[in-house]
Formats: sequence, C-alpha cells, structure tokens
Amino acid sequence: MKSLSEIETTVKRASKAIGFDWGISEEVGKSVRLLEMFGFSGIKNINQYYNDKIDKKFENLNLISNNNQSTSTPFCPIILGVSFLDQVKTIDNIGKIKFDKIAFPLIFLSFLSRSSEVVGKKIIIRFDKKELLLNLNVNIYSNLFNQEFPVIANNVEVEFIDNQDNFKESEWQNLYRLSENTFVEESESLKQGGAGAGLTDND
Amino acid sequence: MKIELRDPNTIMKLSRLGSFHQSKLSFLRSFLNEFKDWEYKKDLFDLDENGYGEAVYSFKKKKRVYSLVCFANRINDDERSDRVIATKWDAAFTLHDGVPTKDDIARLKNEVPKQEVGRLSFKELTLSRANKSLRVFNHVVDSLSKGSQPDLDLLSKVGYLYRTTAVYGSGKFGLADRFRIKNREEINGPFRLEMMLVYLVRQFTFDQVNHVAHHKNPKKAVKLDKKICKNLGIGNSTGLGMAPFIVNHPTLLNNWILSRETALKEIREIEIVDSKDGNLFVDCVKKSLTNITSWNTDSEYQKNKIKSLLKDVEKFLNYIENQFDFNMKHPFNEIYLWLEKETCEECIEYVVSIMMEPYSHITQPLVSNMSSDEEKYFNIPTSRTVGELRNIIEDKYPNILDIDFEKKENNQNFWFISKNKEEPRLADRFDEHGSELEQPLAIARDIKKLHEKLLASQNNLTIADFLSHNSKLRHVVRRAFIVEKFPYSEIQDNTIGKSIMPIDMLRLKLSFFGALKFDPRSDKWLRICMFQGAPLPSELKNYDEQWVYKANI
Repeated sequence: MKSLSEIETTVKRASKAIGFDWGISEEVGKSVRLLEMFGFSGIKNINQYYNDKIDKKFENLNLISNNNQSTSTPFCPIILGVSFLDQVKTIDNIGKIKFDKIAFPLIFLSFLSRSSEVVGKKIIIRFDKKELLLNLNVNIYSNLFNQEFPVIANNVEVEFIDNQDNFKESEWQNLYRLSENTFVEESESLKQGGAGAGLTDND
Repeated sequence: MKIELRDPNTIMKLSRLGSFHQSKLSFLRSFLNEFKDWEYKKDLFDLDENGYGEAVYSFKKKKRVYSLVCFANRINDDERSDRVIATKWDAAFTLHDGVPTKDDIARLKNEVPKQEVGRLSFKELTLSRANKSLRVFNHVVDSLSKGSQPDLDLLSKVGYLYRTTAVYGSGKFGLADRFRIKNREEINGPFRLEMMLVYLVRQFTFDQVNHVAHHKNPKKAVKLDKKICKNLGIGNSTGLGMAPFIVNHPTLLNNWILSRETALKEIREIEIVDSKDGNLFVDCVKKSLTNITSWNTDSEYQKNKIKSLLKDVEKFLNYIENQFDFNMKHPFNEIYLWLEKETCEECIEYVVSIMMEPYSHITQPLVSNMSSDEEKYFNIPTSRTVGELRNIIEDKYPNILDIDFEKKENNQNFWFISKNKEEPRLADRFDEHGSELEQPLAIARDIKKLHEKLLASQNNLTIADFLSHNSKLRHVVRRAFIVEKFPYSEIQDNTIGKSIMPIDMLRLKLSFFGALKFDPRSDKWLRICMFQGAPLPSELKNYDEQWVYKANI
C-alpha cells in the first residue's frame, strides 16, 4: 500500500512535470492525498487527466462568476479548483454557481472540500443526477460511492449551504426535555451550598 | 528584566544555524527522557557464528510495544559504501509497531535489506541500514576473542562500531504515515521513533560484536566492557538528502528554533541563579572540553572551526573563573552579552546549549512544542491584500531583499532531484545541465521576485486576484504568510549562492537530533556520532542527565 506521504510527493512532482507551477503542484498533491484518504480514486483520476492533457485542450477559468460557460473545451479541474479555493470567501454569497463542463470532476471535488473548510460552510455539488455533500473537509457524503466518476461533468451546480440546523426545533426540544431528566431539583440547602458562591454577588 | 527573543535575521543565517550544537532540547535526549521507564527487552537473537541473522529488541509500556527488527547480512568489502547509491549493507533495520509475528519477520526479511526498493507496510514506523566501521569492528572482535579489551585510542578516533547511512520515517517506502500515530503521547516530539531505532541499533552492535568474538574463540573470549560500550555511539553519514527538509517544513523548523530561543530568553531573564545551577553549568562547560579535544576530522573547514571553538571556550572559562560572579543579577544575560562581544558564532551557540543544562523546568515544557501540525498552515489567506503581503516581506526578509540575483555568484547553483536515487542534489547552474528542472528551494531568489511583482501591483488587490496572474510565485506567497506567524520558519540566506555551505543546513538539523562531532567529508556530506556516552538500555531507569558531557573516549 502506498502511504499518503508518497502519494502527495509523487503527485506534486508529476503535476510540475506536466506543466503546472510549483505552488499549484503543491495544491494538487495535497488535494489528491485528501481524495485517497477519503477513499476516492484520486490517483486514478489524476493519472487519466494528465494522460488526456497531453493531446487534449482544457480551458483555464481564473475568475469565477455565478454562471461559467466554457468556450468549447471543458474546464481544467485544477485551475478551476485552485481559483475556487482562492476566491471562496468572495463567491460564497453567490449561493449557487454553475459551470457547464468540468473535466475530471473528482479532482475538482477535493478543492471544493478544502474550500468548505476555509469558508466554514457545507457545499453541495450536483451534476448529471449525482449529488455530493462536502462537509467542512471532515468527510464527503455522496450517492456515487463505488461508481466510476465521470470524465466530464455537465451542467454542474455548486451550492453553499448556510450554517443552520438540519433538524426541526420540535425535535430538539423533545431531546432537550429528555436530557433534563439527568438534572437534580435544588432544595433550599442545595441552592445555598451547591454552587460555592453566595446567592448575591453585589459586592 | 524582559529579554527579547533573538532576531531571526541574525539567527536564521546559515553560518549561525551551522554553528548549532546539541542541547537538552535535542531529540535523542528527549527520547531517552520519555522512554526511561519503559521495559526494554532483547526478544530474539538468532545470529550465526559470523554474526549474520536476525534479532529483535523492544520497548514496552502497558499495551504499547515498539520492536526493532534487525537483519545482519554478509557483504563484500567492495560493496560497503556510505553513498545512497549503495544497494547492500552490513545490517538493515525496521521499527515495527507492536510485536512482530513470524510472518511479519519473514515478510520483513524479504523487504528490509532492500531498503529503498523494498516495500514496508503501515505496521512499520522507521527504516534504516548501517555499515560496520570495519577497522574498529574487526579490532574489537580480535581483542575480545583473545580475552582482552580493545585499544581505546583506536575507538576514540572513530567512536562507534556501526554507521547508519539513512534513517527513513513518515510514510517513506510504505511506512506508516505520521497521522496514523500522531496522537500517541510518547512520541509527541519530532523524530522520536527514528531516535528509538538508532538507540536500539547501538545495542545490537554491542551484542553482535560480543557474539562474533565469542564464536571466534569460545574459551577465551570476553565481553566488551560496559563502560566502553557506553562511550561508543552510533555513527551516521548524512548527505544532501537532509538539506531540503528544513526548507520544506517551515513551521516545524520554526518550532525547533523557537523552543531553543525561548529557553535562552527565559534563562537570560533569571534574576538570581542558585549556586548549584551555576556550578552545574560551569561543570558542564569544563567537562565538555573533552568533546572538543576528541573531535576528529580531516576537514580543514571544521578543524578551523574546532580550533576557534576551543580557544573561545577556554577564554570563556577564564572569564567565568576570574572575572565573573554568579551572585550578580541576571548572570546568564551578562554571560550571553559577553559571548556575543568576545567569541565566535560556534562558541556562542555552544555555550547557549550548555546554559540549558540546569533548567529542566524550562526545557521540558518546550519539548512538547517542537512538533507541528503543518496542514493547518498550508492554505493561503487569499482574501488579504497585496499591500499586506508586501509589508510582511519587507518586515521579515530585509536582508534577502538586498541580494542582487542578477549577479552570477548569487544565482550560481540549483537544487535538483537525482533520477538515479530520487535524492536532492546541488549543482552549478552554468556548468551542468538540468537547471530547467530546478526544485523550489531558491526561496530567497523567489521571495525577491515576488517582492518586485508586488511593487508593480496595486496595494488593495486581493491575493486571490494577484495569484490568478502570478501562479509561478504561489509557493513563496504561501511561505510569506507562514513566516508572518512563524518568525523562525525561514532560512534568511541565499541557498543557491556560490559560497553556500550545504553542510550548514545539515548541521542545523543534526544538532537538533543531538549529534556530536560533526565531521565534514566535503561541503556536501558529513559524518556524525549519536548517543556517545548515553546510558545503555539496562541503565535507563536511573541515569545521569548530563551524560553527554561525560564521555570518556
């Protein structure tokens, strides 16, 4: 089994060799390491992408807006991913962001996961009836487990989820009431002595 | 009195970093301190009459066991090389997490002797190999087999029976990644498992030499005297492979240096020094003279440094004995100021290390700060502005910005990875091919380029916008934001200049390991000795903390 350290170093070097700058290559190494740690096929996808990159063109998207249309070729997941990561604090208020075509979306996913941690919000990505939840770079929930990730994702939608409870207030209240059964009703003497301090603290 | 931490622009210069010495903060000393109450055991010792075979040693506490698995092999004299291009070694080792099963040992027997081309598993933590110092090993075997102890003069010239030529950890060749074990309290300090491996290898070398001598002449052979064992360490040959590490791990480097600087600051701030503490300090300085006078090297560069060091340490002792009074307030601050004024860099750092000896209550808490969760600082804060980044660079890299990289001598060398052994190397940019594949280790040059670009950009531009047009400089943008928070994270020097001494980078790291007797073999590699004078495993439960100054050969 390859260690994550070997994966990160080799991916970084391969990324430089394929033509990315060192700083970008460092980001790719970190991202593929993350994918492999989460159980996604990062090495397989980056390998395929770098093979394709030799004779196919991909578009670099440096400035992200709410609706991003590529000219003819799909977006490079690395330049798009790095741009997303760099700009996440200015684009998170857009809500939903659309991309018409992204190559090797799994690679882009790792940058979204890291972006989720940076901005402190969960992120959902949807494409071709597939849906993934990126949870603050702690885990990735998906309905794609054990399925091949597509080489091209069409009509991609990325949505930032505002920080809010994912349960009803009534469910919370019910649970809280139950938890109260571990509390002790205070008698007068417990009120006097249980806390250590006096009942008045005016001085 | 409040003392400021020393200025990174002085301390992080290569000549100063290359003058660092071991101290109480060094990893091999903190390893011994941590594992002193663990149960040590020799679990297996299955060598043939020539000393070839397998052995297992372990440290155990409660349910945790670390086992050193050793494989000693026959090699021809012409196959013995310290270079990383070697493919065979006298012995190969791995530190296994837990108790190895027979299947584990069979698997490891097939992989460990191959070193870089073998594959380890997440159950292995560190990997190493070592070669005999043939003249010492054979001499010791001969002497012991004849019933006598070896010639101490010869032993003192070398200082060890075996020399390791690499020690690997943290995910190399399939070894366990650091994240798998990082929450274990006993290894909450850098390189602790590497230190354990080297320490147990030292014991293996004594057991092996006794074993071979015994089989050579069972009736007459004696064992190597324990006092002699104690005064032998383990050698190490270190090349350029170590140099980029300190550039590639900026927050870790910061935490090592910051701990040392914090210790010095707190010691200088002590108003009244107990006489026993003052005496211990002076005693250590005096006893340490043996370490200087027994420091052998053929390197003229190092010989000159040792000569200056010896002269200055003697001058310092003369000052302490004839002009200094520990009853004054803040005596260690006075000593430090005197050192800065009167002695060379090597002597300043030498005495700074020894100042820590009486003060475990200062050094001990710092040891646990010497690791780093590097992932936390990887992301670039891209919502900040060009103006802020420019201010950071002007504040943190003032001397770097003065270097003229248009001059050939400031841009003479480049770092690359050798295809043969995947190891870092340094070469002349103008004489050798390959500079187009330069590694991102010319931090000073790239910081200067970044500064020039920033000067030509608008101050209110965000870093995200700046990077979208300047991705070539991304790796140094990341570093500049790290140095803002971690002042000792960056070497404040040119790592590609004509006059660079790469061994300064190696010495810095090795001093934190706890190495003694740096012996440069060129400007790019050196030999050292570790654990010389250290307690044997059987003595760990009660040992003299200042053992490092009391080696007798």
